[in-house]
Amino acid sequence: MTLEPPRKEAVPEPPEVAAETGTLAARIALRQRSGGIAVPALTALVAFLLGGLIVLATGHNPLLAYRDIFNGAGLNWVFHPTTSTVNTSAYNLSQTLLQTTTLILTGLAVAFAFRCGMFNIGGQGQYFVGLYVANWIGYSRPGMSPVPHILLGIGAATLAGAVWAGIAGFLKAAVGAHEVITTIMLNWIAIWIGSYFFGNGGPLQNASNPTVPISNDIADSAKLPVFWGQQQLQGLHVGFFVALAALVVFYLLLNRTTLGYEVRAVGFNPDAAAYGGISVKKNLIRAMAISGAFAGLAGGLDMLGYLYHYGVSDIPVSSIGFLGIAVALLGRNTAVGTGLGALLFGALLFGTTHGLASTVIAPDLASNLTYMIQGLVVLFVGADVLILYVWNTRRRFRPPKAREATA
Amino acid sequence: MTTWAQGLDGSLWARARDPRTSGVAGLVLGVVACLLALPPIGERSILGPILVGVAASMLGLWTATRGRRRLGWGAVAAGLIGLALGVLATRSSTSNLNIVFTASLIASMFVFSTPLVFGAIGGMFSERSGVVNIGLEGMMLMGAFWGVYGADRGGSWVVGLLVAMLAGGLLALVHAFFAIHLRADQIVGGTAVNFLALGITGYFFFQLYHGEDVPAGVSTIPNLKIPGLDHVHFLGAAFGNLSLMVWLSFALVIVSYLVLFKTAIGLRIRACGEHPRAADTVGINVYAIRYASVVVSGILAALGGAYLSIGFGGGAFTDNMTAGRGFIALAAMIFGNWRPFGAFGAALLFGFSTALAYRLPAYSGSAATLFQALPYVLTLIAVAGVIGRTVPPAADGKPYKKQ
Repeated sequence: MTLEPPRKEAVPEPPEVAAETGTLAARIALRQRSGGIAVPALTALVAFLLGGLIVLATGHNPLLAYRDIFNGAGLNWVFHPTTSTVNTSAYNLSQTLLQTTTLILTGLAVAFAFRCGMFNIGGQGQYFVGLYVANWIGYSRPGMSPVPHILLGIGAATLAGAVWAGIAGFLKAAVGAHEVITTIMLNWIAIWIGSYFFGNGGPLQNASNPTVPISNDIADSAKLPVFWGQQQLQGLHVGFFVALAALVVFYLLLNRTTLGYEVRAVGFNPDAAAYGGISVKKNLIRAMAISGAFAGLAGGLDMLGYLYHYGVSDIPVSSIGFLGIAVALLGRNTAVGTGLGALLFGALLFGTTHGLASTVIAPDLASNLTYMIQGLVVLFVGADVLILYVWNTRRRFRPPKAREATA
Repeated sequence: MTTWAQGLDGSLWARARDPRTSGVAGLVLGVVACLLALPPIGERSILGPILVGVAASMLGLWTATRGRRRLGWGAVAAGLIGLALGVLATRSSTSNLNIVFTASLIASMFVFSTPLVFGAIGGMFSERSGVVNIGLEGMMLMGAFWGVYGADRGGSWVVGLLVAMLAGGLLALVHAFFAIHLRADQIVGGTAVNFLALGITGYFFFQLYHGEDVPAGVSTIPNLKIPGLDHVHFLGAAFGNLSLMVWLSFALVIVSYLVLFKTAIGLRIRACGEHPRAADTVGINVYAIRYASVVVSGILAALGGAYLSIGFGGGAFTDNMTAGRGFIALAAMIFGNWRPFGAFGAALLFGFSTALAYRLPAYSGSAATLFQALPYVLTLIAVAGVIGRTVPPAADGKPYKKQ
């Protein structure tokens, strides 16, 4: 391969964008976008409303459906809190938090890349490689004592996710390959590698039954301690606190370190960052690797926390990495926002499937309602101009007197 | 650089000297090197594949030194891969070869490539006009479900196709509205469209069929039997009884090439994708062109999806039926460098690798699974620029604001 002079990938911002940032409406929108919980909350509300309309149009009562999903997610636990998971609402809540744990991390993966100006659509693949590696470490070293075994498993999973995403980061830095394309491809490669690993005749398949495409069970020493509920009943494991800690790490890393400053600078404007002496390429790779580390950690925690083994048939069903996109976007790529978004989607995920006990809406419908709400959230969050438009319309409808006063 | 059009006007010798000719010849020879050892030719000596493979690589090298590096290195790679596969095949047992490499492998390659062709050509229209379409998967899925629904309730596969086109077009319209009018991030919008389609099709599948399968006996897209070809050795089994949609996909490639590169409307589409401001200045309605292109893209992708459910799927639907084929179609479009014949070639290659993966268990089951990752690895290599470089339209993914 011959070396070519690096091509200039960055296209100068078209003039109209620069002009637009000066207007009042744009500044308001920017403030709304950066701070404030109002717009994300509104976005979620509109998504729920539209989803409710479809439920209504197909002859179900949307209010009752949402009530049942709310209860299915165990959120009614707040009305009569108890720690005993014999209680349905407490059990459901523990399961919702289990999903939230994963979603926080896959959400942070997307958010971190966004802050560096990249769209990591490959959270799913990074989650999978973390899962595979954690499974391998978990079952192949049965003699280890718990703490080092768990740390090794989680560390290896995190590293695997970082490497997997790092490939995309490297390709972007080295040849300018668009990270969306590369991460999509890496997703599918990870999916097929998993089908190979755990499939019939694969290297990680459970040897006791060569016709069942399923992985080995991890050793007891690799299993994370459960602090709420029972291990046999998929109780809530300590990984929940790891995810909460990750939120703090995410915040500190981005806002209180040089690394975070550089990452954000590249995200704001790569040209300006380069002019300021920041290596854009180094930060693209670094940001992508850190982003993948979050997703890999999610896979590791899931495997050591409650899955323990994985089947080939589970692979295409999982969409937890993709849900991270909605979580991060709804959370405006901030730590707090991602945490709240993860709780919302965690509740939706469990409340519309296993937790749902409803005469109004079947789980098969409700779980697809989750996908629709997810789609609508992502759709609306992506459209800043829609918010601007609504804002301008509101201004237009204000009484003329008030408008003159502000002019 | 001599283009084909100029080459056609020039003498035969000028065309033969065009580096492109030697490059294409190298690519073809690379494929031949591998085919030599496979049925129905079934050469058993390793000399044939080696000679032809080396010849292909030499042609590729010659091409590469004369300015067409991408094509040249592609031919070198094709020659070497063809050589390796050909030699491998001569070492393999004849009975295994006869199981895997039958004429029906060609037919099943078309079965797997057809949805990809529709998706990739659809995506190409959208991206050539400057709108990234990552929502192909969702548009295909809409076509798959609403196609089978239309065929079931309307009583005819024609109705099914029409309903599929309508559903895919509507979803594309949503994407277009957010991408063009609201200037939302097109990748985010496309991702949203995929989720939406997954939810909508899953929801209505359960709602309309109450959790049951689509009843048997749905009208499906017929196969075209070519009279006279049935009894021809090899060709008959390969081409004699293909679905109507397969032939339509061939036509689609040619038509889309002509539309995109030989008509005024195609020039306008490409202008909007390369430099919308310039297009606007000369009086082209950028928004209208982009809307139309995105909707066409949705309609085509939906046709590809409908082929899955009421084509070779035989009138069935399952949740998330497309299972990533929209993304392979996207990959085929990128691999084909945003060109109709390029996308078609990539779709055939990916279709072939899938068809092969279904037969490789004759050798090793687990390796066959890994083989399914090939399209994605190839695309990764293509965008990484190891063999040449893919170049998207200049304004692809950039919202345009009128002044």
